[in-house]
Amino acid sequence: MNPKLRTILGTVGYALVGFTAFLLFWMFLSTIAATLPSPTATWEVAKPYVLEPFAKRGEQDQGILRLAGYSLSLVAQGYFLALAIGTPIGFCLGLSRTFTRIFDPIIQVLRPVSPLAWLPLGIALFYNAGKEALEYGALFTIAICAMWPTVLNTAVGVRAIPQDFLNVGRVLKLSRTKMLFKIMVPATLPYMFTGFRLSLGIAWLVIVAAEMLTGKTGVGAFLWNEYNNSNYGNIIFSILTIGIIGFVLDRLMSLVESRFKSVA
Amino acid sequence: MSFLELRNVCKSHGSHCVLRDVNLSIEKGEFVAIVGYSGQGKTTLMSLMAGLLRPDSGEVLLEGRRITGPGPDRGIVFQNYSLLPWLTVAENIALAVDQVFPSWTTQQRSDQVDRHIAMVKLTHARDRLPRQLSGGMRQRVSVARTLAIDPSILLLDEPLSALDALTRGTLQDEIAQIWAENQKTVVLITNDVDEGLLLADRIIPLTLGPGAQLGAPITVDLPRPRDRKALNHEPEFKRLRAHVTQQLLGHSLARRSAVSRKLILPEILPEDLELPRVSRPPRRPNEEKREIIVSG
Ligand SMILES: Nc1ncnc2c1ncn2[C@@H]1O[C@H](COP(=O)(O)OP(=O)(O)O)[C@@H](O)[C@H]1O
Ligand SMILES: [Mg+2]
Repeated sequence: MNPKLRTILGTVGYALVGFTAFLLFWMFLSTIAATLPSPTATWEVAKPYVLEPFAKRGEQDQGILRLAGYSLSLVAQGYFLALAIGTPIGFCLGLSRTFTRIFDPIIQVLRPVSPLAWLPLGIALFYNAGKEALEYGALFTIAICAMWPTVLNTAVGVRAIPQDFLNVGRVLKLSRTKMLFKIMVPATLPYMFTGFRLSLGIAWLVIVAAEMLTGKTGVGAFLWNEYNNSNYGNIIFSILTIGIIGFVLDRLMSLVESRFKSVA
Repeated sequence: MSFLELRNVCKSHGSHCVLRDVNLSIEKGEFVAIVGYSGQGKTTLMSLMAGLLRPDSGEVLLEGRRITGPGPDRGIVFQNYSLLPWLTVAENIALAVDQVFPSWTTQQRSDQVDRHIAMVKLTHARDRLPRQLSGGMRQRVSVARTLAIDPSILLLDEPLSALDALTRGTLQDEIAQIWAENQKTVVLITNDVDEGLLLADRIIPLTLGPGAQLGAPITVDLPRPRDRKALNHEPEFKRLRAHVTQQLLGHSLARRSAVSRKLILPEILPEDLELPRVSRPPRRPNEEKREIIVSG
């Protein structure tokens, strides 16, 4: 058998073993915990959302991919905001020791703050925006929580630019702009993309919390709604959906990342 | 007035004094080799000439003017090639050409790029990335990039020392040929005495550091073009090689190395190192060098 096919089959095979064990454990748990729906019960309640993934039956009662679409679109906006703010900050940190000494401490203080703490501040900040306040607050929260890996990885990447690359630019007397865009940015890209991937993971983590608190339509709000309806099967269904989407996003980003890694 | 001149230059890295009181003058069109073993400050010396480093004291003059920074008039071939890994061969060279000749037309610039790729025989690889090239090919790209900006002086920092002996030999011939065609001033830094003798008009040994100084220049008046195989039999070549080696290691060291390696006779001088081997000359110039490094 072709060795490549063999490793793929192996990977899938082992993963299946894990998933089966997980299902069995879940079934076992559902027999002792009365409130926990069994896998089959979960499937029964989730069915209308899966079989018609794009249906729109009401504000919260929509197909799962449609719900996921809302969440992803909000995440995308917050995420790109995070990159747009985080990358330049990372560059400044990487380029200037002084800048680092001034701003690194405050970054280290803000970095561990939970999205649940930022969200109320975000909504309060955009209070005057009226109906949009919730959305802007959520975007603010996603952006501020997701940008740190981009900031830090970019800074590390800039510091790791080989002196020889910079010397090439110095000998050619490249202008500051050319030095930045022709040498420093390309040389930092592999690090930047590691940051981008980690940031995306965080942005996706934050979305659920943001939707729960703001009630904006999406997977997270759906989860919270179903909890309020005591529809526990759909909580599990939402969790699985969130997990799978997060996994797919991470895989996609590491594909892009490895492309840049192999170039530099 | 000499073309490039170093006057009483000292340079330390931290508290470690790398170069002490270095004086050097290089004439226009001259091919000078600076020979020294690794870690002795060769790259530091070259960075000073390039303007990438400033001397702690003393001055570096190019055509009588003090060098204040790097510039494309001094083309450098870096020790580790320093090609930008995200650009293809042609793009790496084009980056330099576009920057140095902004007034040229796009056509003129791309011709310049292609001509220099052809000069180092890499036309078939023009659209490859550096990581898809062998070490020798990368080094040729690096040489092409430097020649393409038409510098008035070429600074080559151990351009061939990372290559295998065969590729090294080929590239030595290419460098000799390029120099013969362009008559540029060249400073070649090398750890290979034979390479210096093969290519240079003048060899300047760098004495053992710390605080390395330049030894007295040794003129190489071997006729050109020089053929590597024939040189090995030439008495003048052997005399020069022994002389340079001696300068590099200092008298006692050179003698000890000669004794401890090959010969049983205790009082033999480095000049005589070749005698027992006339029947079997070294196949490659590097064989000789390695022995000296190992024992010294
Ligand atoms: N940036 C630096 N900082 C500290 N020490 C350095 C630096 N660059 C070189 N050195 C030291 O200076 C000495 C000479 O280095 P270098 O000029 O690179 O030697 P060579 O090119 O002959 O091998 C070495 O001992 C090296 O450790
Ligand atoms: Mg060196």
